[in-house]
Amino acid sequence: MNIAVALDDVHTDALPDASEAGPAPKRVVVAYGFWIFLLSDIVMFSALFAAYAVLVRATAGAPTGAELFNQVSVAIETACLLVSSYTCGLMSVAIGSRRRFGTYFFALVTFVLGAAFLALELREFAGMIAAGATPQRSAFLSAFFTLVGCHGLHVAVGLIWLAVMMAQVATKGFRATVERRLLCFALFWHALDIIWIWLFTVVYLMGGRP
Amino acid sequence: MNLFGKLSWTAIPFDQPIVMIASALMILAIALVLGWVTLKGHWPYLWREWLTSVDHKRIGVMYCVLALIMLLRGFSDAIMMRAQQAVAAGGAQGYLPPEHFDQIFSAHGTIMIFFMAMPFMIGLMNFAVPLQLGIRDVAFPTLNQVSLWLTASGILLTNISLAVGEFAKTGWVAYPPLSELQFSPGVGVDYYLWALQISGVGTLMTGINFVTTILKMRAPGMGYLRMPVFCWTALATNLLIVAAFPVLTATFAMLLLDRYLDFHFFTVEAQGNAMMYVNLFWVWGHPEVYILVLPAFGVFSEVIATFSGKPLFGYRSMVAATMAICVLSFLVWLHHFFTMGASADVNGFFGIMTMIIAVPTGVKVFNWLFTMWGGRVRFTVPVLWSLGFMVTFAIGGMTGVLMAVPPVDFQVHNSLFLVAHFHNVIIGGTVFGAIAGYNYWFPKAFGFKLDERWGRASFWCWLTGFYLAFMPLYVLGLLGMTRRMQHYDNLNWQPWLLVAAIGALVILAGIICQIIQIVVSIRARERHRDVTGDPWNGRTLEWSTPSPPPAWNFNVLPSVTGIDAYWNRKQSARAHPHDAAQAREYEPIEMPKNSATGFITAFFAVVSGFALIWHIWWMAALGVVGALVTILVFAFRDEEEVEIPAERIAQFDRRHQAEVAL
Repeated sequence: MNIAVALDDVHTDALPDASEAGPAPKRVVVAYGFWIFLLSDIVMFSALFAAYAVLVRATAGAPTGAELFNQVSVAIETACLLVSSYTCGLMSVAIGSRRRFGTYFFALVTFVLGAAFLALELREFAGMIAAGATPQRSAFLSAFFTLVGCHGLHVAVGLIWLAVMMAQVATKGFRATVERRLLCFALFWHALDIIWIWLFTVVYLMGGRP
Repeated sequence: MNLFGKLSWTAIPFDQPIVMIASALMILAIALVLGWVTLKGHWPYLWREWLTSVDHKRIGVMYCVLALIMLLRGFSDAIMMRAQQAVAAGGAQGYLPPEHFDQIFSAHGTIMIFFMAMPFMIGLMNFAVPLQLGIRDVAFPTLNQVSLWLTASGILLTNISLAVGEFAKTGWVAYPPLSELQFSPGVGVDYYLWALQISGVGTLMTGINFVTTILKMRAPGMGYLRMPVFCWTALATNLLIVAAFPVLTATFAMLLLDRYLDFHFFTVEAQGNAMMYVNLFWVWGHPEVYILVLPAFGVFSEVIATFSGKPLFGYRSMVAATMAICVLSFLVWLHHFFTMGASADVNGFFGIMTMIIAVPTGVKVFNWLFTMWGGRVRFTVPVLWSLGFMVTFAIGGMTGVLMAVPPVDFQVHNSLFLVAHFHNVIIGGTVFGAIAGYNYWFPKAFGFKLDERWGRASFWCWLTGFYLAFMPLYVLGLLGMTRRMQHYDNLNWQPWLLVAAIGALVILAGIICQIIQIVVSIRARERHRDVTGDPWNGRTLEWSTPSPPPAWNFNVLPSVTGIDAYWNRKQSARAHPHDAAQAREYEPIEMPKNSATGFITAFFAVVSGFALIWHIWWMAALGVVGALVTILVFAFRDEEEVEIPAERIAQFDRRHQAEVAL
């Protein structure tokens, strides 16, 4: 059926205004509230980005980004995170069709990829610290470790959250609250990707140039 | 390594009699209250009905109680400063040593902004917004409770600093490099930072909760342009919270990293940038002043319309002005530090933006005036506060526009002129609005009105006291007196400061009147009782339900057909009396279950905060784990809601109808 024609058949003045429809269903309210939280989180990151942008040249004689960044390692990190977002989407599909095994499997893959991302990031940090480029050396390094570390902290929290959610699926099944929380987790995990794309561009691509 | 970090007996300032007496009084007052509750056996009631309540009305009331208590604390700081400056001229040094005076002005600002004005406004929003929207609770009731108790945690930590250790000596803005470890090695700044980080998380959660509630949970028919103006201002305020508080969190996190892990965001060494803190702080700070004043604008809109017996003049322009302020508030932050040395173009931009923001505010003032025009105005206590606000705020606004001119600002920057200006708008706007709202919604919350006579006395004392206390500060600012002076040599200033001190005493009289007002009203509550639920002949939905409202707010979810929903319903009931009498059908209602999550999480937040301030790492870890376990227990609970049967609602409604009929 042609959708446009179908819409023409409806008398628009018979329908209440969307804003007058009364309280939204719980699922919508929860997801909407979580979106607002994610926006606030993005605002927090934007403050850290601003600090980084202000301090990026304040290297105080310590190594610069161009000297420190290893773009191959960061590219692998990026791949891990982006693929984990895809598997997280597959998990959402499995949840939607109530497939327990699929949910566990894609959650596990998401978890492993997220953990790999985190491991690579920690290796990068450890390498820098071993080379003497600690956050205490310069304002630039302080800003770098804080910005990238804050994203890493979010990924770590996401991994714990994912583990807790799998425990909830195991003990409580796909009840409405569990499903809503899984929806929020998926939103969270994808939002971390968005922030990482910015991070990758601003910190590693733009900062990689000498 | 010491088991208790930096904490030892030397943390308690035994050698400072003023601090010790103040602490002893505070501890005595808390002990008396706790003792009284224990003696009377009120703990089970308190725990069941209040401390674990997720009811937005109860939470709102608790926020307001916190705010009123903190008003007393912040005001005692104020009166100590006024007394010091009244005497410490020339050879006299006054009674407060500099390091103590510095803590007092820092605590005064921090407490009044974060722990008096904000909880008061959030309390009023909590109480009124869901009722005005015609719904049963906020979007996330348990989260709302967590917000309340995290705010209380911040308050507790700040007040602990009075007796254990010290508070910041940096002013309420804690600018680096002064607030860095190098220049503030004590725990004062750490108290400030952790208290505000913890309560800031609570505030952010409130913001998320209310934006979601207002945008997604209105009663059927309550379109955006049918919402009461208080809901619009609450929406703007909470949008500002969501957009501004994360910046404060990030900024404080950077300062904490500087102080705890030797990072270099704002330090003097390693190319840190102290002015970046100032910029980031005011990127939050300027929206913050609108977070404080917009709900007050909402209160005035409700009060003026109700007591003029007319719909609000220019509803749409009021909404537009509110949202314009909401956006513009992010484009003016640099006017707090024109003296930073930015180029003339930058200062010019921010100066002009600041002047522009006065336009929507002016629109609002004219709307209120035109609402009263031709109305039958009842001069109740809330209306007196609203009128006092309009005059006072207009003056404060004009001095604000004056300071928006960068060359003028260079002259009066950090002078008492500035102090006079922001007290002029915050007291004249936020505090007057909070007290107007308190008098306006009190009968809704408790079922009886506040005493009018003492309310009027309180208003006149506050108003006179305000002008006596702050108009001299404008003069002093122009005479060149800078803010935060513990002592001064210019004896010409002293007469003005004496007048200001007398003004503070008159405000004290106003506060005493308020205390008497509440005591008198509670004792004579049977005489002031209102059984109708609509003591003011109100216009919005909160007055359509009994006072105090039942846990479920509305027996039947209201259906809205226009602005001033309840007023319209009353009018049509008068025109067609038979429609209203038809039998109502009740349905069982699902209400969220009480929970101790907020209280316990906040307890662990205090433990963690205190431990981090004193570098007691094991205890900090314990607190974090405790909070996590609490949240996990909450997440794994099986029953989330209780059902209230239809008979109980029907019974409640019948009883209420019978009372009204009598």
